[in-house]
Amino acid sequence: MLNTNALFGNRWLLASVLLLLPFVLQPFGNAWVRIADMSLLYVLLALGLNIVVGYAGLLDLGYVAFFAVGAYLFGLLASPHLTDAFPWIAAMFPNGLHLSLWMVLPMAAGVAALFGILLGAPTLKLRGDYLAIVTLGFGEIIRVFLNNLDQPVNITNGPKGIGPIDSVSVFGHPLSKRLDLGFIELPSVTLYYYLFLVLVVVSVVVCHRLENSRIGRAWMAIREDEIAAKAMGLNTRNLKLMAFGMGATFGGISGAMFAAFQGFVSPESFSLMESVMIVAMVVLGGLGHLPGVILGAVLLAALPEALRYVAGPLQEMTGGRLDAAILRQLLISVAMVGIMLWRPSGLWPKPEHSKRLQSVEGHDA
Amino acid sequence: MDVLLQQVINGLVLGSMYALVALGYTMVYGIINLINFAHGEVLMIGALCSWSLINILQPAFPSLPAWVILLMAMVLASMAAATLNFAIEKIAYRPLRNAPKLAPLITAIGMSIFLQTIAMIVWKPNYKPFPTLLPSTPIAIGEAVITPTQLMILGLTAVALAILSWLVNATRLGRAMRATAENPRMASLMGVKPDMVISATFIIGAVLATLAGVMWASNYGTVHHAMGFLPGLKAFTAAVFGGIGNLGGAVVGGLLLGLIESIGSGYLGELTGGVMGSQYSDIFAFLVLILVLTLRPSGLMGERVADRA
Amino acid sequence: MLSQHVLQVAGVSKRFGGLQALNDVHLNIERGQVYGLIGPNGAGKTTFFNVITGLYPADSGNFVLADQPYQPKDVHLVAKAGIARTFQNIRLFADMTALENVMVARHVRTHSGLLGAIFRTKSFTQEEKEIAERAHELLAYVGIDTLADVKARTLSYGDQRRLEIARALATDPQLLALDEPAAGMNATEKVQLRALIDKIRHDHRTVLLIEHDVKLVMGLCDRVTVLDEGQVIAEGTPAHVQRDARVMQAYLGTAQV
Repeated sequence: MLNTNALFGNRWLLASVLLLLPFVLQPFGNAWVRIADMSLLYVLLALGLNIVVGYAGLLDLGYVAFFAVGAYLFGLLASPHLTDAFPWIAAMFPNGLHLSLWMVLPMAAGVAALFGILLGAPTLKLRGDYLAIVTLGFGEIIRVFLNNLDQPVNITNGPKGIGPIDSVSVFGHPLSKRLDLGFIELPSVTLYYYLFLVLVVVSVVVCHRLENSRIGRAWMAIREDEIAAKAMGLNTRNLKLMAFGMGATFGGISGAMFAAFQGFVSPESFSLMESVMIVAMVVLGGLGHLPGVILGAVLLAALPEALRYVAGPLQEMTGGRLDAAILRQLLISVAMVGIMLWRPSGLWPKPEHSKRLQSVEGHDA
Repeated sequence: MDVLLQQVINGLVLGSMYALVALGYTMVYGIINLINFAHGEVLMIGALCSWSLINILQPAFPSLPAWVILLMAMVLASMAAATLNFAIEKIAYRPLRNAPKLAPLITAIGMSIFLQTIAMIVWKPNYKPFPTLLPSTPIAIGEAVITPTQLMILGLTAVALAILSWLVNATRLGRAMRATAENPRMASLMGVKPDMVISATFIIGAVLATLAGVMWASNYGTVHHAMGFLPGLKAFTAAVFGGIGNLGGAVVGGLLLGLIESIGSGYLGELTGGVMGSQYSDIFAFLVLILVLTLRPSGLMGERVADRA
Repeated sequence: MLSQHVLQVAGVSKRFGGLQALNDVHLNIERGQVYGLIGPNGAGKTTFFNVITGLYPADSGNFVLADQPYQPKDVHLVAKAGIARTFQNIRLFADMTALENVMVARHVRTHSGLLGAIFRTKSFTQEEKEIAERAHELLAYVGIDTLADVKARTLSYGDQRRLEIARALATDPQLLALDEPAAGMNATEKVQLRALIDKIRHDHRTVLLIEHDVKLVMGLCDRVTVLDEGQVIAEGTPAHVQRDARVMQAYLGTAQV
């Protein structure tokens, strides 16, 4: 406990590490900064799911649906697809469809929140395992629709996906281009890093504030005992919808950023395995505990990439059976089973006693 | 009309396989209140094991008739799957029997992915053709046709159900299972060992799932590591549809779901004016599940209410 | 002006399939009373309690809570209307601290939402402060303020019961409804419970108590209603009810004590 205080208590150290990270990684190649960027996007996803699973206790196995919604929303509104597929849209927007960052973020958040409420509504009366399966079903339904809505009207372009998607522009500068500051040149991946870092920091603050608020406590009460929560006057239906909606906004924003970053989206990126991985991040890290959730996200996001270096020799040893993707799946699944058996509250759970208690000299029963 | 008859036949065949897997789900749920997410993967492992076995047995016993090979493979694969399921329950689920509700769910999901990944590693991720061991000449029934494989499926399912019914109703083990499902504490007070009953449930479920897996592979001609996911999910839907915890319900639910899926996907194109084709048939099961859980959570034949916390 | 009558119930009936669980039940609780509801097993106490606390509606009956018609459509409206309950099997928010348990029960009397929380508005911060203060007050009231930051599941049984009562009080109820509060308690704990309920009565709160422990009820309650097989067979002061022949018959099976 003291160690974590030292690390997080020393905020300047943490801030410097985070701010300088791209420069540390850059010499090893852009790919490593890219890994950091994706990790940040996964942190956003994990933070969002943490609201639903960690705070409110609702096991959502279809969270990737909101990621997809945000990604496709941006993809459709910031690429030539709609103008190519529908002449009447091309007529309305002769310069093509483009969105500025300040429009994307609220739109992605809003549309995702709407989907969150829509997909959450049928699950309100369901208990844990059924809730999980139904949300899983919704995730799959969304994916099937994304894959098949290229007929009769080509909305999503089916398995071929949508691209090229604009990058976002911040203060006029598109992030896909390097930024020349004179004394230093920042490549695109680094620019995206800082954008994502800002989003993550804001998200962490938002989550922390939600956690320590009337709504946050209400969510936790629902998680702990819904019947007692109702008896204490909590409108569990509305609170659950709020949790779904709020959680979904993070997914939507992350999805929109993903679309901008990659320049391309296709249904492949939004599989069940992604939903499971995000659940694994939250659970393995420490359900409901922000530092744990972030740790879980970073570990599981960066792990597959690190594995590429190990996987090479392994792949040869086993005659091509073990590649990085398989290794990642193997490790995630073993971790899920293992953590539940040996450390069910996660790698970095909420400390048992708050700081205040540590100064209290025991207590009489 | 002829198309309908064909769809009905296909639906019953499909439904039989769903029923077998649904029984596994419902039995486990009835006794320990756990949705075994990994059950679909047991089907897959059973099917892949039988594939390997057939590939070993055929060259080893060239004189044996093909259907004997199939039978031997089924039996041996069932034994392998049963052992695996027994081990899974003992190692991963048993320690969590009293854990908070999220833990066994997470474990089951993890186990499901683990099994798929292991299968990918052991058997390689490609789609493998499943040997046709039964004559493939279709038999005409009116305007529709039925293949010997499909007949076998219907027949085997009927036999399996008969045996299961006998087991559950007329043996000591069956009585113990029913007692534990109704009231575990009372049952253990009367001398029933819950661990043994639960292990038996997992073993029986694995055998049924393997049968379904082999039949599935025979019917569709391929096996691969991801073949268990959708059938598993659909079978679970069938179990809920019929009333989770209710054995008869699992069978009814399975058959009905098979019929709905078969007939539905056949007519979906017409119904939606060409907008939605049969590629949407996979989400039928989910829609049924959502409808059942929203409108009638206890299912067709169940008394247990699905949403009691 | 707080009304004199807290809960007035008349003509309550409830049938479950073939069983008439409640048959024309009536009772009247006045402000500041500790009112007991007793009866042998299966008498209908729990059913009545569940009807009052919104778990299911009665088939018929008239309910008036603090002079307002009372007919909650859903469980969460019960606390809002003014009845707060505890549970026989203690249902605390196990992983939350004692303080948080009580704080969350202020939910129904407070109103900040998502925006207030995220932007830390002045009204939000003010409300949070009040919630925390009130929660501390209530913990002190029941005697466990030193345990404020302890997770509820690590508290002793007696302390958990107190916490549950503090939590219920946090909703500012008109009526505090206690479901078998003495269940599982030893003699010492029962004495402490009695003292706490006395204190609550002394502060002009109204309490409805279902209990099996007849001795506790008789010593504590101002008035008692006795149910048997879904019907009211006696009501009045404990002394009066104790001597009622029908009551004795219901409990002991004979007319003689």
